[in-house]
Amino acid sequence: MSEPFLIGDCMTGGYGKGPDILHDCTIAVEKGEIAVIVGPNGAGKSTAMKAVFGMLDVRQGAVRLDGKDITKLSPQDRVLQGMGFVPQTHNIFASMTVEENLEMGAYIRTDDFSQTMEQVYDLFPILREKRNQAAGELSGGQRQQVAVGRALMTKPTVLMLDEPTAGVSPIVMDELFDRIIEVARTGISILMVEQNARQALEIADKGYVLVQGANAYTGTGKELLADAEVRKSFLGG
Amino acid sequence: MMDILNALVVLANFVMIPAVAYGSQLALGALGVTLVYGVLRFSNFAHGDTMAFGTMVVILVTWWFQSMGISFGPLPTALLALPFGIAATAVLVIGSDRMVYRFYRQTKSEPVVFLIVSLGVMFVLNGLVRFIIGPNDQSFSDGERFIIKVGDFKKMTGLDEGLAIKTTQGITVVTAIVVVAALFWFLNKTRTGKSMRAFSDNEDLALLSGINPERVVFYTWLIVAALATIAGTLYGLDKSFKPFVYFQLLLPIFAAAIVGGLGNPLGAIAGGFVIAFSEVTITYAWKKVITYVVPETWAPDGLVQLLSTEYKFAVSFMILVIVLLIKPTGLFKGKSL
Repeated sequence: MSEPFLIGDCMTGGYGKGPDILHDCTIAVEKGEIAVIVGPNGAGKSTAMKAVFGMLDVRQGAVRLDGKDITKLSPQDRVLQGMGFVPQTHNIFASMTVEENLEMGAYIRTDDFSQTMEQVYDLFPILREKRNQAAGELSGGQRQQVAVGRALMTKPTVLMLDEPTAGVSPIVMDELFDRIIEVARTGISILMVEQNARQALEIADKGYVLVQGANAYTGTGKELLADAEVRKSFLGG
Repeated sequence: MMDILNALVVLANFVMIPAVAYGSQLALGALGVTLVYGVLRFSNFAHGDTMAFGTMVVILVTWWFQSMGISFGPLPTALLALPFGIAATAVLVIGSDRMVYRFYRQTKSEPVVFLIVSLGVMFVLNGLVRFIIGPNDQSFSDGERFIIKVGDFKKMTGLDEGLAIKTTQGITVVTAIVVVAALFWFLNKTRTGKSMRAFSDNEDLALLSGINPERVVFYTWLIVAALATIAGTLYGLDKSFKPFVYFQLLLPIFAAAIVGGLGNPLGAIAGGFVIAFSEVTITYAWKKVITYVVPETWAPDGLVQLLSTEYKFAVSFMILVIVLLIKPTGLFKGKSL
């Protein structure tokens, strides 16, 4: 079997000089698929994702994108390699307009990005409507759309989302998940951390349950949802 | 009717026009402070002395031009010397950034450490300016003195009171409008300007978006150098140049930036005018204006001056205290560009 498009392979590491948070943790996503990281609080979900994006030291193991070793690259360089990252908080330029947010997302591009912007507006029509409004004035769900849109402006091959539905209503959450599926259908791989484990696993091609920085269960979204042990421990029965 | 008009003319001559000119100068100064705060995230106490340095270079170049017989017709020669002053100041501030501030940026120091560091830079500049041009008053305004003279105004209108507009006041206001318009165009329309705002708004996300922080810092200092030199030169033309006065200007400038909301350029401009108008109206002797307006028997005996002009800095202080107590983020929401 060929290697997945993006893989954080047997990663061990932590922040700065601190103790290891991840222990031999493996996260991977195939082209155009959705992989979801779930797990209890403090399991290292976000940390695992940040490790894949190069925001902490991976002391052992490796991160490979499309077969290329990117373990030593800085987050900025990984953006250039085609990775897009949406942080959990502070993921928009609140004082700037929606359109300016998208422009800043495309900052590293020297070509004409107006077409990408149109695609983002097609994906999130509400943003087209509010393009000249300050992003900080939008609702929680709309801000998340701005955040995802900003990350899409570099035309990434992988999009990483850290709890995209944190703090939004269930209706908005469903809507966001629909959009994320749409993004995946365009061939972009999606790796996301989710608090709402059940809903996230429903749309996931692959699910990773982390416990204390290590892989506890791995399988397709359906398998994990059907797994009695996973249901009992993490999905509330 | 004539009395009301006379009162208005007195008011315009002694309050409005000086306050508008002074306000423009403060606004330009406060813009520099607020940009440093927004992008580099510290209060730059060296700003007053940066203004003094820029003005000093302008004065030296002006003298050099004058000695060669170069003049700018009715306008002050200093305007021709401005680009030289801006260039020298840009070299100075970018040099001090490379030599001093960059180290603290790389070690991710607290803003208060930056503040203290800027105090050190301030003392160095303080000495440098006094060493080169001396601590004394320097007058370098030349060209036509007035746009409208008191005598001409009286003849024109037939009023008892005269109105004068100094050339330097006119130049101050026109320059301030041009500079502010250019600055806002730059911040809102150009890629570099937007990246500066993005960096000021959300540093981490700006880095994620591939914005180069050193480039943003470089452009910020460049703009700050231009703003400081222009503000200082306009102030010096309008009044006179004395290094200590520029150091003292730090207070009204910071008051203006804080009143408007630190980090907010629009606020800095509003704050500049709030401070200038407060300072001028509170230290102005209202006797003449009131005498014109009220019936003769009510005419005041005293000067009707709330504070003597020596205390004008107390006005900035009072406003500063009031704002910090009631609305610490300033009139406009501060903290981001």
